[in-house]
Amino acid sequence: MGYVAVKGGREAIENSLDFLEFLRSNGSLEPISIDQIKNELHFLVDRVMSEGSLYSPDLAAIAIKQSAGDTFEAAFILRAYRSTLPRIGYSTTSETKEIRLLRRISSAFKDVPGGQFLGPSTDYSLRLLDFELLEEDSAKARERFKRFLEKIPENIEIPEEFPKLIEILRKENFVVSKDIVTKDKELFDVTKNSLSFPSPRSATLQTMARGETGGMLLLAYSNVRGYGVSHPTIGELRVGYIKFKIKHPFKDKEITFAEVLITEAELLSKITKAEGEPKFQVGYGVCFGHNETKAISMAILDIAMRAEKVMYPSEDQEFVLSHIDGIESMGFVNHFKLPHYVTFLSEFDRLRKSKKESIKNEI
Amino acid sequence: MKFNFAFLDENTKKEIRRKILKAIAIPGHQIPFGSRELPIARGWGTGGIQITLSIIGKEDILKVIDQGSDDSVNAVNIKKFVEKVAGVKTTTDTKKATIIQTRHRIPEEKLRNDQILVFQVPLPEPLRIIEPSERETRRMHAEADYSSMWLYLYESIVKFKEITIGASYPVMVNKRYIMSPSPIPRWDIPKLNNAECLYLFGAGREKRIYAIPPWTTVEPIEFEDFKFRVEDFAGNVCHECGSKDTFLNEIIDEASGKRIWLCSDTSYCKKVKYGGEIEANT
Repeated sequence: MGYVAVKGGREAIENSLDFLEFLRSNGSLEPISIDQIKNELHFLVDRVMSEGSLYSPDLAAIAIKQSAGDTFEAAFILRAYRSTLPRIGYSTTSETKEIRLLRRISSAFKDVPGGQFLGPSTDYSLRLLDFELLEEDSAKARERFKRFLEKIPENIEIPEEFPKLIEILRKENFVVSKDIVTKDKELFDVTKNSLSFPSPRSATLQTMARGETGGMLLLAYSNVRGYGVSHPTIGELRVGYIKFKIKHPFKDKEITFAEVLITEAELLSKITKAEGEPKFQVGYGVCFGHNETKAISMAILDIAMRAEKVMYPSEDQEFVLSHIDGIESMGFVNHFKLPHYVTFLSEFDRLRKSKKESIKNEI
Repeated sequence: MKFNFAFLDENTKKEIRRKILKAIAIPGHQIPFGSRELPIARGWGTGGIQITLSIIGKEDILKVIDQGSDDSVNAVNIKKFVEKVAGVKTTTDTKKATIIQTRHRIPEEKLRNDQILVFQVPLPEPLRIIEPSERETRRMHAEADYSSMWLYLYESIVKFKEITIGASYPVMVNKRYIMSPSPIPRWDIPKLNNAECLYLFGAGREKRIYAIPPWTTVEPIEFEDFKFRVEDFAGNVCHECGSKDTFLNEIIDEASGKRIWLCSDTSYCKKVKYGGEIEANT
């Protein structure tokens, strides 16, 4: 009876894990490959790398397979793996104007120096359910690739640098200076230190770059919809591969050790007189992978949190930064499934006593 | 796949040990630390586990309990994890353990000065019930500005004729800091005062470590005319071992529909029922 219900954990846990493992492929004899996940679910891979705070498409794909596509779980598995890796050092500052570009747009100007490149985007697609995908096979895929590749002209020159629109406007004194935006003298690493408030800008940006897309979108949306005052314009949004470099330990040179896909958003909003004369505030968002929703949300929150007077949740730095981490929020919300019978009994005891006293009082 | 001894890399463990030492030096004060992600979810004991992993050595004997039970799902999971990454011996016997990690209970048996009790803490900030902002609660602790906490207790008494805080009852440590004892029942609060053992508290998600060193004054906050009181079991005794001086779980018996009471500390209950030693190294 009762005693058994409290005990008997081990075997039940083993069975639960076996059941989960079976359901991972639902008995399918054609397991999905890591390459298939990387190639065909790349937006998912990107999201997991960004929220998992570890850039590795291979490891992210394994995590996605292992978690059967649950983004929270997959990002969580990556983060846990990250904890086992020693931190060897920090890269030097990467200039995002040097980029192997996939996409670059500006909604502030009709044309921008360096040009606009639509690149791959769902923005211009009709969201009609494509029933042809029901019968996609390798022959059809080959035909499609061929058609795509034939359209690409030979010998096109691709610049290695694209000027930053914000920098041009800054030179002309239309955008707040970097000193207004960042006061950090050195990098604050939130994976090694716990955040305190007001938090340094490097910590703010790092926390958001690791944030959960949905959570950030919610807060950013609340700010632009009505619980906030910013209505930003996208100065520039770029997607592409940038290089990470590290200082050579002995020689005076930098070595490229990685090339990663990023999405970067720079937003202009809210005229401010922080530097005397009126200028645009600028909001910055960047994340691993191709995830425009997240980069734009981050830039909106970056501006929102610089509000002179905090009036809404999205403007409150502590509120935003304490609640956007997917691994933390999902962990805590799910922990309520753990047994709480001791704490519940303790509260129950208070309720009984309070009830008794209240009845006594009424008489 | 090979992992480092006790999972975390050595630098991380060193950092956590430094934070523990700082916590011991300032009893009841919350020390921020760079909490790492573990393969166990945030909110499921990651603070306690990081402490355990940082202080555990090959010779240690570990006991893990959840709600007093060695066999509860969370306890089993954590024990399995530490066994896997540190290869240490484990036990269910409170007396034999050198490190006990716990969620929501302090064992019934008195702990010695060679034992460490590691608490899993969901919400380290005792003032959170009255103030949501971390920036503000840190100020309140720094200035020992606890007036709104007292007011909260007073209002609770006026409204409900009772202090409605069940578990996690706030305590004053070393007459300086108000501290959350983690969600242990009030029954366990007196065990914190002037104890022989070291108590360490880890909150992973909230990234805080704090401690109660041996022989430290720990008092539940109370009014002169409205005293702190522990849970009332209305004279019930444990259905299994007959103890009447332990924290009891209330269980509704399926067959009879009656309430049955059982010791929450399953290891202690077995000892009383079967006498003396119970099997170690489960």
